[in-house]
Amino acid sequence: MEVKNREYIEEMVRELKASGTNVVVGCLDEMINWGRGNSLWPLTFATSCCGIEYMAVGAARYDFARFGFEVTRASPRQADMIMVAGTITHKMAPVLRRLYDQMADPKYVVAVGGCSISGGPFKKSYHVVNGIDSILPVDVYIPGCPPRPEALLYGMIQLQNKVKAQKFFGDVNRKTDKGDAEAGRAHRKDR
Amino acid sequence: MEEIIFIEKERFHDAALKCRSEGYDFLRSLTGMDWGEEGLGVVYHLENTETAGNIVLKTLTRDRENPQLASVSDIWKGAEFNEREVFDYFGIRFIGHPDMRRLYLREDWSGHPLRKDYDMESNPLRMTNEETADTTQHIEILKDGSVIKHREVLFDEDEYVINIGPQHPATHGVLRFRVSLEGETIKKLDVHCGYIHRGIEKMCESLTYPQTLALTDRLDYLGAHQNRHALCMCIEKALGIEVSERVQYIRTIMDELQRIDSHLLFYSCACMDLGALTAFFYGFRDREKILDIFEGTTGGRLIQNYNTIGGVQADIAPDFVAKVKDFIRYMRPTLKEYHDVFTGNIIMQGRTKGVGVLSREDAISFGATGGTGRASGWACDVRKRHPYAAYGKVKFDEITFTEGDCFARYMVRMKEIEQSLDIIEQLIDNIPEGDIQVKMKPVIKVPEGSYYAAVEGSRGEFGVYLESRGEKYPYRLKFRSTGLPLVSAMDTMCRNAKIADLIAIGATVDYVVPDIDR
Repeated sequence: MEVKNREYIEEMVRELKASGTNVVVGCLDEMINWGRGNSLWPLTFATSCCGIEYMAVGAARYDFARFGFEVTRASPRQADMIMVAGTITHKMAPVLRRLYDQMADPKYVVAVGGCSISGGPFKKSYHVVNGIDSILPVDVYIPGCPPRPEALLYGMIQLQNKVKAQKFFGDVNRKTDKGDAEAGRAHRKDR
Repeated sequence: MEEIIFIEKERFHDAALKCRSEGYDFLRSLTGMDWGEEGLGVVYHLENTETAGNIVLKTLTRDRENPQLASVSDIWKGAEFNEREVFDYFGIRFIGHPDMRRLYLREDWSGHPLRKDYDMESNPLRMTNEETADTTQHIEILKDGSVIKHREVLFDEDEYVINIGPQHPATHGVLRFRVSLEGETIKKLDVHCGYIHRGIEKMCESLTYPQTLALTDRLDYLGAHQNRHALCMCIEKALGIEVSERVQYIRTIMDELQRIDSHLLFYSCACMDLGALTAFFYGFRDREKILDIFEGTTGGRLIQNYNTIGGVQADIAPDFVAKVKDFIRYMRPTLKEYHDVFTGNIIMQGRTKGVGVLSREDAISFGATGGTGRASGWACDVRKRHPYAAYGKVKFDEITFTEGDCFARYMVRMKEIEQSLDIIEQLIDNIPEGDIQVKMKPVIKVPEGSYYAAVEGSRGEFGVYLESRGEKYPYRLKFRSTGLPLVSAMDTMCRNAKIADLIAIGATVDYVVPDIDR
């Protein structure tokens, strides 16, 4: 699949390599990221409508196994990424946060659909979180209500590109002092 | 407009008992109400399953500080969860109710959101984990009028309680069970809802009528057409609009396509839960064909936003008829293949036959409509009981079984696919010419009164109760969830079953959680 809007990824790669890379570490990095990017294991997580489209992506016609996503995991401890497919309510928010905390680093979050991006049609509700980026750091946003399977695939491939452009040694694989949620919040303020 | 019989709260329990003895055995809907100055109350929709006759009762209390009404959960089992919902939304405590806990919101939630004076900012997002209480409250009234509160224990300290959900692949969404086990046998099951409670009913009170339509598709997304059909029908009934024959036919065909879509997804997921992954791919492969037909006409795959007040959004696509016919031709032999792949499998039969039995009496008492009720021998199809749209003009059989077990629930749905194909076949060649939309005013105001309309959703009776005060916003809009009665019957079905059976029971009952939580 051809992916447009690659500029920001190329920008990321340029920034990372600006200070120069050790030949050995750089080669290892490339190899590991090739493997990591092509076998991202998602957590089976869905709360509402988007979850059904997510299942459709997993099924025969769209088949995300073509891109290395087929091993959906029922346990957060074995998953690399979480597709937040559906509305997150106040009651669900601590549960989602706990699931995220239980995942092993490096981990990625994809916000699927209007609800998880901003609250969507339920923005004015008393019980809906207006955007999951207030509780988790989000890597890719996929808009739609619900997004089409093609859109989901596009978002997932964007995540692969992001993974492949990262430094594995000494960056994403290292725990930072800053809490992830704080990072998410700071990121939100910037926008 | 409906006739509502008002009964004083002191006499309500006796009056309800009298209705029950007169044959009103099915509590269709139970709606909490906030009538402002008048007080807080409840509206009950009852039906006699023998005669399909309906009555509507209401009762109210003027006390807003400490409202109390008599519980009818001892008369209709389905009232138990509905009364918990009313307590959650309005703070009305029901005397004699065995389990007076919140149903959807957190235990530490303050206030009751569907009251008209609720402050929307009063509950900010809390990231602390919720503590689950092991006890509950039961209120009893003594002969001299004094009220005593009992503390009831749900789970003893030495009971072995395991937690399933809210994030579990086999609970079909974010439903949570707490299950008390003795060895492998389920002793008690406690359902926790609300993980996808979006407060749709409250939101509707500040939306205009055409705007409220958008939210119905997102209740039970596998019955998007039917849900929206019910709300459109309710508003059309209130406005006294007759939609054209053409619209009736299109709506009926769309509803039936939606039902096949939902039952195919049921088949896929039930098979996957029981370990047959191949069947999952079969079901999804064929479901895409229906989604293509939807997309051609409505532009939407899963959520179509197709029905409007007084008609439909757009005329059917030029190739609609041909595509539907192709699909019917394709689907009939494929169903046989489904049965070859999964239904005859000995493991599948062993895991579903005789498991999770729901008796006919219980199904009616809980109000468990749809495939679940029909598997227990209760002919509860709204299409037959109160024909609407074009259902009066077509011939089809209402599939009923008597076993009430998982296998019967599975077979009802598989056979309903055939019936839906028959219905579509009878209509598809005869779609009459006509307008697709009645001309509506830009601002729709519904005349004062209360209205109820119901359709047969993919998994039971989906009803809409609308109370209007003549404004452009509804005063109260309540959706009769198809799934809530089903999960309230889970405890009864699962008692003394094995823990592994819980998955088979949950899969065949076929609830959709966003429809339960609303």
